[in-house]
Amino acid sequence: MKKAVFLMEPFSCPSCVKKIEGALSRAKGVQQVKVLFHSSKVRVEFDESVVEANELQELIVKLGYPVLNQKVS
Amino acid sequence: MNAKQTVRITSLSAMLLGIAIILHFAGLHDARQITLIAATIIAGTPIAIKAWKAIRMKAFSIELLVTIAVIGALFIGEYVESAAVTFLFLFGALLEIRTMEKTRSSLKALVDLAPLEASVLRDGKLTTIAVDDVEIGDRVIVRSGEQVPVDGPIVSGNASLNEAAITGESVPASKSLDDQVFSGTLVDNGYIEIIAERVGDDTAFARIIELVEEAQEAKSKTQKFLERFANIYTPSIVILSIIVYIFTRNIEMTLTFLVIACPGALVISAPVSIVAGIGNGARHGVLIKGGDVMEQLAKIDTVVFDKTGTLTKGRPEVTDIHSFGIDKEDLLRLTAEAELMSEHHLGQTIVREAKKRLIHLKHQAQDAQVMKGNGLLAEVDGQQLAAGNRKLMISQGIAISPTIEEYASKREKAGNTAVFISIGGEIAGIISIADQIRPEAAAALAKLRRNGIKQMIMLTGDNVHTARLVGEQLGLDSVYAELLPEDKVAAVQKLKAAGHRVAMAGDGINDAPAIATADIGLAMGKGGTDISMETADIVLMADRLDQFAHAYALSKATVNNMKQNTFFAVGTVVLLLIGVLLGKVFLASGMLIHEASVLLVILNAIRLIRYTSDKVSNRNVSEVKVNESAAPQ
Repeated sequence: MKKAVFLMEPFSCPSCVKKIEGALSRAKGVQQVKVLFHSSKVRVEFDESVVEANELQELIVKLGYPVLNQKVS
Repeated sequence: MNAKQTVRITSLSAMLLGIAIILHFAGLHDARQITLIAATIIAGTPIAIKAWKAIRMKAFSIELLVTIAVIGALFIGEYVESAAVTFLFLFGALLEIRTMEKTRSSLKALVDLAPLEASVLRDGKLTTIAVDDVEIGDRVIVRSGEQVPVDGPIVSGNASLNEAAITGESVPASKSLDDQVFSGTLVDNGYIEIIAERVGDDTAFARIIELVEEAQEAKSKTQKFLERFANIYTPSIVILSIIVYIFTRNIEMTLTFLVIACPGALVISAPVSIVAGIGNGARHGVLIKGGDVMEQLAKIDTVVFDKTGTLTKGRPEVTDIHSFGIDKEDLLRLTAEAELMSEHHLGQTIVREAKKRLIHLKHQAQDAQVMKGNGLLAEVDGQQLAAGNRKLMISQGIAISPTIEEYASKREKAGNTAVFISIGGEIAGIISIADQIRPEAAAALAKLRRNGIKQMIMLTGDNVHTARLVGEQLGLDSVYAELLPEDKVAAVQKLKAAGHRVAMAGDGINDAPAIATADIGLAMGKGGTDISMETADIVLMADRLDQFAHAYALSKATVNNMKQNTFFAVGTVVLLLIGVLLGKVFLASGMLIHEASVLLVILNAIRLIRYTSDKVSNRNVSEVKVNESAAPQ
């Protein structure tokens, strides 16, 4: 189990949160998603044997939200 | 689409709007219409793309409503409206992001204090590496003007450190051998070498940031209610607009309904206030864990304090040295030399005081003999010394004169422990030791009372005599002494049952059950090392009671701010709806009012960032001054 933190551009509306949370939690291998609206971060706990952090990042970008930085621990 | 592109598109659309105005006055009608359509398409495309992306994710977005309205406006030939709405929507979103950033600036200021690099001594070589690469056990070197990159004890050198990042206190603290230093603090002056104990995300600083981030996300009851309301509100506006169309057959009015359906100001009215409030607290050294805590804190009317470590410093100190026929410093030096090996906390306090006064302890005590519970005997510098209580003096056959006895009992009544010292069979002096009341306690308690706390109570495990004394000095309403931890819980429960809203402040270890029982639990979290950081609702980072007083005033200001915002947002929606129904508000003006209300709500919240609870008393002072100057007439 790994934890990835994506630093995003500032979110403008709370509906973005639902969009990102919904899409990520449907993705395979994702255990937990938390979108920090005020600190513009997305925290994801995922199973590294099923999915890679880069794939998750791609998914977020596809939704229309550029990722500025990625940190996996 | 990123922020830069948005800026470019928005300014392009603004330019086209300007050209359209010129063309309008030039009487070039066709050219004007084409320019307006171009402006609509340029600004409308990114909105439509966002709307489409949301639909694919099965989300109902504001962009979708705007897109439908704009297409409708183009369809009925209202090009001015369509161009204006798309421009205002993009421009408003830009301004929102910019101003919203401001409400988060307190936290950002904290995050920006995070250290990036560390100088590490490995294999005898000094290398500069990224903070994330420092490992536990590394020897880290920090010089003047540099940031401490990890948590750990000082193993060499000394320095004065600005610990504002951790405690909110910007007066530098001086630290030397064995003192703990924290990541994010700044070496003001000096040179230290530390051993890395906690690195990366485990440092106190990283945990504080994480806790504040989570606190800002934690939703308050008001916030949850508003979100539920918005969820019902948006779809019902859509249904309403369909109904409006069926009855009036008025496309313009229907489209306007769609545009103002975005409940922007309403949804952000509560969170922006809370985020700004929590940010303000964090900068002043108070960690408030979420909007719910903020709302609860504002309702508190009773505060329960633990004594030791909360109202008092929790660490005995020498309060007075009284000597008879010997220099005070000499008396302290001799006693400290005798007590150097002592394990008794009063003895250690005396040694610490001597070290604090930079007295060099050069002599070794001979034949030291501990008289358990009474004191000790030793030979220092060729003189026979006894230090302890009355019993020790009597057992050694040393006479205590009435004047000395009078002084000693006076000190004891003031809450001190009097340590008698005799040299060569004669009383040479008395050293008073006490766990002192925190210097800021009285002012902080007065401020709490001024801001609306009705009852202040102290619960302590200490003896009745000391407890009563502290209670009297601080003007507490009641004092309960000699309590066990479970008695404290019972006392808090009793207060809650009597209908009071109770906050409990303690040092977080033996008070943990009572802290958990209270409506709001406060813990002293010096340096963020305790588990208390996780269990309490509010953590005072620098252990200062005035931070609590600030937090209480801040919570009231935050809740007020939130109420103003909610009231304003609801009012705007009502006015817009009425305006639409009366046919006074159309697409562009509806969007303008909407965006303006969002901005006003954010700007109102920004006021909280600069909020200082002292302002009230300052204003009182200046008012008094005005009165004085006016009086002589």
